Amino acid sequence: MAAHNFKHALFCAVVTMVIAFPILGLNLVARGTRVGLEGADASTIISVFVAAAIVFFFQLYRDTIMGNLGKLPALNPLAGREPMPQAKRVKLESWALTGIIVLALFWPFFVSRGSVDLATLVLIYVMLALGLNVVVGLAGLLDLGYVAFYAVGAYTFALLSQYMGISFWMALPIGALLAALFGLVLGFPVLRLRGDYLAIVTLGFGEIIRILLNNWTSITGGPNGIGGIPEPTLFGMEFGRRVKEEGNTSFHETFGIAYSGEHKVIFLYLIALVLAVITALVIRRLMRMPVGRAWEALREDEIAARSLGLSRTAVKLSAFTIGAFFAGFAGTVFASKQGFISPESFVFLESAIILAIVVLGGMGSQIGVILAAIAVTILPELAREFADYRMLVFGAAMVLMMVWRPQGLMPMRRIHIELKRQE
Amino acid sequence: MLDVKNLSMRFGGLLAVDQVSLDVQEHEIVSIIGPNGAGKTTVFNCISGFYKPSGGKILFEGKEVQGKPDYKISRLGMVRTFQHVRLFNKMTVVENLLVAQHRHLNTNLLSGLIKTPNYRSREQKSLDRAAYWLERVGLLDLANRDAGNLAYGQQRRLEIARCMVTEPKLLMLDEPAAGLNPAETKDLNQLIVSLKEDYNVSVLLIEHDMSLVMDISDRITVINQGRPLAAGTPDEVRQNDDVIKAYLGEA
Ligand SMILES: Nc1ncnc2c1ncn2[C@@H]1O[C@H](COP(=O)(O)OP(=O)(O)OP(=O)(O)O)[C@@H](O)[C@H]1O
Ligand SMILES: [Mg+2]
Repeated sequence: MAAHNFKHALFCAVVTMVIAFPILGLNLVARGTRVGLEGADASTIISVFVAAAIVFFFQLYRDTIMGNLGKLPALNPLAGREPMPQAKRVKLESWALTGIIVLALFWPFFVSRGSVDLATLVLIYVMLALGLNVVVGLAGLLDLGYVAFYAVGAYTFALLSQYMGISFWMALPIGALLAALFGLVLGFPVLRLRGDYLAIVTLGFGEIIRILLNNWTSITGGPNGIGGIPEPTLFGMEFGRRVKEEGNTSFHETFGIAYSGEHKVIFLYLIALVLAVITALVIRRLMRMPVGRAWEALREDEIAARSLGLSRTAVKLSAFTIGAFFAGFAGTVFASKQGFISPESFVFLESAIILAIVVLGGMGSQIGVILAAIAVTILPELAREFADYRMLVFGAAMVLMMVWRPQGLMPMRRIHIELKRQE
Repeated sequence: MLDVKNLSMRFGGLLAVDQVSLDVQEHEIVSIIGPNGAGKTTVFNCISGFYKPSGGKILFEGKEVQGKPDYKISRLGMVRTFQHVRLFNKMTVVENLLVAQHRHLNTNLLSGLIKTPNYRSREQKSLDRAAYWLERVGLLDLANRDAGNLAYGQQRRLEIARCMVTEPKLLMLDEPAAGLNPAETKDLNQLIVSLKEDYNVSVLLIEHDMSLVMDISDRITVINQGRPLAAGTPDEVRQNDDVIKAYLGEA
């Protein structure tokens, strides 16, 4: 056992060296027109050795370390407690949610413009994650190309406004429905596949949509993207300094207040908030409706579900389509917020981030997903100096989660339908 | 109502079911018996659409159904249980019964979101039907428990109740008495007979418990190593020499 561990640890240490040394220990230096190779300074090389040593000792005592980590009690102080009765839990949850929403409504009036802008982005991610949660968490389908539907929503609005002058409010349902239609059409052939295959094919679809947007220059502008996407209006009132569209009035003139760039930002934030709340509420209801139960039943035991007359394809397709719908929603808001979109915004990394939010938050759980969306969007902003290590931290966080809380920050606890006794 | 003609099912080189024929009439309990590995469950899987038979015909109420997808067969009114209980363990008992009534519910998304009267009334009807069957199989007190936490015998009864809420015409039970104690088996015996008598459901039964089979079956089909060995009333089967040799003799 010990010998085996030793060999394994040695191997890992050597791999660390082999990978780290060329990357960190050798520098490319420009010498005139040619590029030369130079050794890095001593401190870098020492740190590579130290890192290798750490890897070696960690792997050597791995079982002991991991065993002790698993036993750390403080991480989950509530572990041993009886679960709250459902009625009490639901009440508590809805109070907490109402509190959060009220706070979120008034908060933007007291903080800086940048924070509000960031919060809008968080809300967009909340919408995306809640939508993907339907697909991954509730229906159990691993979708790695979710960003495709987000792109469909965003581009629908961008193109409609560019070519037909359609406003945000018109584009919102159109974008969502079109994204849902894409989900339906793409999902139909794909959902026969299981697990890993489904993940790979959806990954492919995500990339295909992005590449299509990139190369269909005559319509989408290719990598240059589309700009000049209008902001939402409030009953025909625009938030810009000057009115752009005929027939509209401007917000600050109507109310006789001074123009401020903040109005627009806050307004967008409030729209995103309302849409995120609607998304959460709708999905909450769906979970308690026959569709929601069908998703769960199919995830629990597909054979039994089929034997009771549930069509696998129809049930999974419904989840896929509904998930895509909310991505389209979020995409429209995103396009409006940015005013400019390009395929850059819809790379695979986005899908990965949204999926990470769902996994971190606890599959199927809404509050968990909301918390995770906040964490994943805000932390990188707070720690900008560590931007280079963002993916590293991300990866580390995921690994730690898998070790400590594979069920996510706040694992889903379903709301059951109760059978009331009628005497 | 069910007519199986020369059913065959081949897995690679193994002919698991070979030219089996059987039929179930309305208001009848028919049993399939045979030693382990005889191919009984495979016959069920073919009838219920989980396997596509390699040969033969399956007619339900005069229409060919072989090769149809499983969920369509179940919607026609043929519903089965499984040899190894398959419940939705993390859902509650009553939710298990609601899932089974999926197609009786109003599954229109919009009506569900705004809770139209039609949606509510159908949901209530399903809950009532679930309550009725839970009462019938003695699980009403456990309605809000997770199905996975029930005792084994209770899980078996829940599985039958879950079939019954779909209002089937033919109920197919795969070894429902396996793992039950004598008292529970006696209850099961009465339940199956009452399903036939009071609810007008035909039953196709696979069972190893001979006293149960002989007691409640109207007719019995014996299969051995995939091939039909004998068929007839319990008395005929009991006295059949081939059956005694292949089945009872072996035990
Ligand atoms: N999916 C499958 N693939 C390959 N072989 C199978 C498959 N299903 C069943 N078999 C084989 O078919 C034969 C019949 O199996 P089946 O499960 O139908 O028997 P059974 O009569 O139900 O037995 P038991 O009384 O033990 O439940 C067995 O030899 C089994 O190994
Ligand atoms: Mg069997």
